[in-house]
Amino acid sequence: MDHLFVILFIVGGTALLSVPLGSYMKWAMDPAPNQADRWTRLFQTISGASEDQDWKRYLVTLLVFNIIMFTLTFAILALQQWLPLNPDARPALDPTLVFNTAASFTTNTNLQHYSGEVSMSYLSQLAGLMWLQFVSAATGIAALTALARGIAGRSGLANFMVDVQRASFLVLLPVAAIVSLLMVLAGMPMTLQGSAMATTLEGATQTIARGPVAAFLAIKQLGTNGGGFFGPNATHPLENPSFWTNALAMIAILLIPMACVWMFGRIVRRIRHAALIFAVMTVFILAKITGSVFFESAPTPAFVELPVSDETGNLEGKELRLGATTGPLWAVLTTATSNGSVGAMHDSLNPLTGLMPLAGMWLNATFGGVGVGMINMFIYIVLAVFVAGMMVGRTPEYLGHKIEAKEVRFAILALFAHAVLILGGTALFAATPLGQATVQDFGAHGFSEILYEFSSAAANNGSGFEGLGDGSGPWNIATGIAMLLGRYLPIILPFAIVGSLVAKRRAAETAGTLGVEDATFGTMLGLTVLIFGALTFLPAAALGPIAEHFSIP
Amino acid sequence: MLDLISGLRVAAATMIICVVGYTALVLGFAQAITPATANGSLIANERGEIVGSQLIAQAFTSPEYFWPRPSAVDFDASGAGGSNLSPANPALTERAVKLIAAHTGATEERPIPADLVTASGAGLDPHISLEGALFQAPRIAAARGVEISAIAAFIRRLAYAPGAFFTEGRIVNVLELNLALDAELAASEASN
Repeated sequence: MDHLFVILFIVGGTALLSVPLGSYMKWAMDPAPNQADRWTRLFQTISGASEDQDWKRYLVTLLVFNIIMFTLTFAILALQQWLPLNPDARPALDPTLVFNTAASFTTNTNLQHYSGEVSMSYLSQLAGLMWLQFVSAATGIAALTALARGIAGRSGLANFMVDVQRASFLVLLPVAAIVSLLMVLAGMPMTLQGSAMATTLEGATQTIARGPVAAFLAIKQLGTNGGGFFGPNATHPLENPSFWTNALAMIAILLIPMACVWMFGRIVRRIRHAALIFAVMTVFILAKITGSVFFESAPTPAFVELPVSDETGNLEGKELRLGATTGPLWAVLTTATSNGSVGAMHDSLNPLTGLMPLAGMWLNATFGGVGVGMINMFIYIVLAVFVAGMMVGRTPEYLGHKIEAKEVRFAILALFAHAVLILGGTALFAATPLGQATVQDFGAHGFSEILYEFSSAAANNGSGFEGLGDGSGPWNIATGIAMLLGRYLPIILPFAIVGSLVAKRRAAETAGTLGVEDATFGTMLGLTVLIFGALTFLPAAALGPIAEHFSIP
Repeated sequence: MLDLISGLRVAAATMIICVVGYTALVLGFAQAITPATANGSLIANERGEIVGSQLIAQAFTSPEYFWPRPSAVDFDASGAGGSNLSPANPALTERAVKLIAAHTGATEERPIPADLVTASGAGLDPHISLEGALFQAPRIAAARGVEISAIAAFIRRLAYAPGAFFTEGRIVNVLELNLALDAELAASEASN
């Protein structure tokens, strides 16, 4: 019963909040041309850029800014031992780890092959990683805004350098400030003092790592970043002190990805179409939550022969203060949105529960990352429109744009790249000592660990089956490359689609045009996501979590 | 080249506002309004020495104290982590067998609550379930020479539902429980 309340409260409440936020984001990101706009002028002055860019120029500027992000953070991480704000004297980091971490946070992934409280100085955490948590999320929101402008029929997509500031200063900053202040009030630490030393009641000495957690945490969740201040992420009591911080964190995970759908609808001026997309995404997320909560209520299989109470479900890797629903619910939310923070250890989830986060990362569009989740859904929409058009024998059109072979080729390429990065990477590491030597145990579960790691990297998620020894050089390099390709291909290809669409003459919508606002199209879209997205990965799922489930007596 | 320059200008602006300004705002607010939790919810004894954090589990092994959940990192609060063992892993069974032996008294009729034999995500979970505390009451009553019912009443006083009506089970903070137990005992000795 408590499951149902919590799920309704979190998912339903956030859905309601996302509607006004979506309207606000439209105002902030895409002001009407006649809107007296002090902000635009300010951001043009700061960046010195004001030209109205076409899709190619917009992409180039986006990539240049992301290269700057990567380079600066690489430098901060590589030099942290000589830089200030290092009260606990954290030493130098391994070069492949620096590469992996810089790539991870630049791409909004936040895969962490290190443990924050062990390896990172406060400067690395704040100026390196937290900065990227803002600007990588802002990159995603800017990209979606530009894509929506193109779909709305504008050939000029405005200017990336202005958009990325709109997203950082007008969207992420105010929301993050509100969330972090609430987190502080709910008991989250926020200090620049180094570790505390305690003498326990039994006389032992305990070193308690702490730090500027509240500021870091708010943007970590809101920007679908997910990288924890501490190694065990939101299971750490100082990163998630109570049930209430936990509930607020789950709302923050879902909020902006949900609002992005409404913002998209407002920019293309088809709010009913956005509502339909929102509904399709919600069906997927609810299905995964139902499965996850159900599978996780089974007790830990390792205890069946022992006198252990089996009323509370599987508690390994879970925190009591966060409530019983947190593990499975959070696992779904964090992977549906490409967030990647964890509220329970995913490696210790029951096998079929673990399949739900995997499915979330494979689809990566049922809300998805800030901005990019809706961009991924656009790829599925292109395919759904094309297939539907072929089925009824009409020229496929999306909001007046003709969808032809070229656009579909780009869309297929984007989906194909996602599958190749995950399955190809998994195959390489599962078949060789690169991966075999790093798994916790051989067989189906070890395969799941490798599969999860590549899914997480390619989907820019960042969570992990952390029993995997993923700190090695080969893992750092392979997942670093998967993250970079998994980030930029699904931005470049949809931009190319839109570039091709706006170059064509826009057709007027008639009674014969395929409707994109009714239940028929919703079903079509849902099936497209399911067939193209999920079926690709079914064989891998069968070898991993499903095989493991049936191998447990 | 122009893109590079304007990119660096945007990088500088976001760094100043989103890192320096934002951090200063949250830090100032936290240190002014909630300094105790902002610095890690540390608990000091009457002599002013830090004995731990309310939010961080510490090891307890003597019979007169409540024991926390097992920790995969041996309660290392400077390097937290979970076991990450898959739920069918025999290592989980081995650990549970040891803990059941240490806690004593678990039978098919009176099974040990699962939280006492499972490690938490960070290995620092400061709580145990109400059932987990009650399960330990006989040991503590024996070690401290008081009635089991007195210990049980004491536990129930400190147990709470972490999410009010959103959560079903009740939990209790182990360090708080042990501190309160010591204080109560000292007070009753003083009054005798």
